[in-house]
Amino acid sequence: MLEKALVGDKRYWTWVISLMAVIGIATLFYLKQYSEGLGVTGLGRDVTWGFYIAQFTFLVGVAASAVMVVLPYYLHDYKAFAKITILGEFLAISAVTMCMTFIFVDMGQPFRIVNVFLYPSPTSMMFWDTVSLSGYMVLNIIISHVTLGAEKQGMAPPKWIKPVIILSIPWAVSIHTVTAFLYAGLGARPFWMAAILAPRFLASAFAAGPALLILFCLILRKVTKFDAGREPVQTLAKIVTYAMAINVFFILMEVFTAVYSGIPEHLEHFKFMFLGLEGNSMMAPWMWVSSILAVVSLILLLNPKARRNESWLVVACIAVFLSLWIDKGMALIVTGFVPSVLGAVPTYVPTVTELMISLGIYALGLLMITVLYKIALSVRGQWVTKRIVETQRSPVKAGS
Amino acid sequence: MGIDRRKFFKVSGLTALGLAGGSVSKVFSGEDFLDTAAPVRPEGPLTAQRWAMVIDLRKCHEQADCNDCVTACHTTHNVPKWENPKDEVKWIWKESFEHAFHDQEHPYQQESLKHLPTLVLCNHCDNPPCVRVCPTGATWKREKDGIVMMDWHRCIGCRYCVVACPYGARSFNWRDPRPKIQKIEPDFPTRSRGVVEKCTFCEERLARGMLPACVEACKYGAMHFGDLEDPHSNVRELLSKRYTIRRKPGLGTNPEVYYIV
Amino acid sequence: MYDAGKVILGIVVFLTLVTFPLWYNLAGETVVQAPELEKAQGTQCVADTEWMRARHMDLLNDWRDEVVRDGERYFIGPDGERMEKSLSNTCLNCHVNKDKFCDHCHNFMSVDPYCWDCHIIPKEVM
Repeated sequence: MLEKALVGDKRYWTWVISLMAVIGIATLFYLKQYSEGLGVTGLGRDVTWGFYIAQFTFLVGVAASAVMVVLPYYLHDYKAFAKITILGEFLAISAVTMCMTFIFVDMGQPFRIVNVFLYPSPTSMMFWDTVSLSGYMVLNIIISHVTLGAEKQGMAPPKWIKPVIILSIPWAVSIHTVTAFLYAGLGARPFWMAAILAPRFLASAFAAGPALLILFCLILRKVTKFDAGREPVQTLAKIVTYAMAINVFFILMEVFTAVYSGIPEHLEHFKFMFLGLEGNSMMAPWMWVSSILAVVSLILLLNPKARRNESWLVVACIAVFLSLWIDKGMALIVTGFVPSVLGAVPTYVPTVTELMISLGIYALGLLMITVLYKIALSVRGQWVTKRIVETQRSPVKAGS
Repeated sequence: MGIDRRKFFKVSGLTALGLAGGSVSKVFSGEDFLDTAAPVRPEGPLTAQRWAMVIDLRKCHEQADCNDCVTACHTTHNVPKWENPKDEVKWIWKESFEHAFHDQEHPYQQESLKHLPTLVLCNHCDNPPCVRVCPTGATWKREKDGIVMMDWHRCIGCRYCVVACPYGARSFNWRDPRPKIQKIEPDFPTRSRGVVEKCTFCEERLARGMLPACVEACKYGAMHFGDLEDPHSNVRELLSKRYTIRRKPGLGTNPEVYYIV
Repeated sequence: MYDAGKVILGIVVFLTLVTFPLWYNLAGETVVQAPELEKAQGTQCVADTEWMRARHMDLLNDWRDEVVRDGERYFIGPDGERMEKSLSNTCLNCHVNKDKFCDHCHNFMSVDPYCWDCHIIPKEVM
């Protein structure tokens, strides 16, 4: 099936080569980081995890969110999702790849990473996260390969794949739960030590992931012959609405316990996040933007008229995605370190190197999504390329 | 101090006797071309069932300018000296009292106490969170004496232990430390970039029958090191007679560095 | 199979390129000389030369784990005396010139062990 990714029109190749160029430049930045050490990042003694680990955390959520299309389709036989489950699974594969790459670039001794498997340590949540992420990756590769293969042959997928798909549902929940456990079990970091962290992770994931999927569906409708249809997009929009509302509710729960109890070691982190602490207010503007975007998105999504209007839906989805990206991909990890265990208020700003490497990893993920979606749609004959337009299909112009 | 040391030699002598008949050291695993039957021990290693430290902050406070223990430790262990605080590597250092014990501060605290330079180092917790989170077993608690150890060959540099330590006792090598070591001490390795390091209670010195470098360097008798399981040890004596506190005891880590305030 | 000819030709070209050094050496009758290593200063090594040549890395790995992880720092040397399991202090005591001993052969074999990233070559700091 991979050969489907090797033919395409000029637009396709321009996009693919641009992504590869970004990856290439990012690789050069990584080589610099590899030879000089993680000192080239903005990380340090006090803020030891930062942008890389935050992106990892956010993307685990995107990966887990595939369950929001798989579950209705396979468990409830919700036929409207038939066309888009594969998009969800491929999004999951790309997101897990990005997660693993973000972990890799965050390691001080990346080539010793095999030690995690050579000396398995079941008391470490990082060990379990490795296990659950790799398992989830394997499950999604098998499922998408088998179901798409069957579709290509025009047959129903083999019966044995059904239990594998069912297994992938709790597994998706597990990857984000275990990722939350990475943080939630540390007495040293009161900001993360909340029982609601895992549920909150899942809620934000099930909002951000499907929001991204809606955007992808609408982009594909524009640039290819693939049309997800109105119903699945609207159903996804409802999922985003519920998940976003629950996520905001959970965050307010956290704010309440911290503020009402007034316990400094919990409260200080929230103060830093929204108001600034000891003159350091680097996170506050971001958090206000995130909060405003969350409110705007909820106003749009909770209003059926706006939600049913696809132009407003796009605005709402972008707002959801950005709001949650700021919350999880920037604030959540760094705030855990401010104030530090010794009560200091450190600053952390990612360096250009760090941002370029991250950009490269996102480009890698986008490249994977492009290639995988190209394969999926080509199998269905819905990827319009110039050659196909000219020779086989009705004269629909690419881009129409 | 003198008393401490004499006591140690007494203990270590007995230990050596006790071991003379027993333990067989594995020399080469898998290969038996050498005679490995003989017990192999150096003269008088210092041993204990549970090492612990008591720091007398009153004595330490009297010598505000003294940095002997820090210097001794950092030169003995080839700890680099970085200018940029974010790259810093430290095994033992002085924090202000309000930072070291920041759950104990209040606005009307005597000014002197607030800024009391407080020695901090790895607490060698009995229930160490850093060990729990390590994904490779590169850090672990030694069964025989409770020292929380580091294996710099195995560490992958994920820094999960740094995140899990409530005391800020762990340092990561953000860059290659070698150029920043003023004078390399040949008896101890340096570290490579990308691994985590911390105090090991000088386990390499204990094995040679020496007290930790910081304890030995302290001229004022402010640092006491001994066996917590021995009811007659110097540390137990101090703990039973003086009022002592530990850092963040509420977290259940059971730190084994005690402070006389 | 589509394009069978091209595929097979491709495989043949690939294999030829990959195995080229082997053919080249066979044809040219090049005899590869093992590098001459500097004589050690001591009388006897901790194990015989042949074994050390083949397995010194395993020995060092075992020493490493025993010293660091089990706290077993000493062994009985070939002459019956107690010796320290130490690369810098025991090995390099006799093999005094790391360049002409370790590096010479490692360069020849094109291996790059990371021992010296941390462990100290005594004469370099003296």
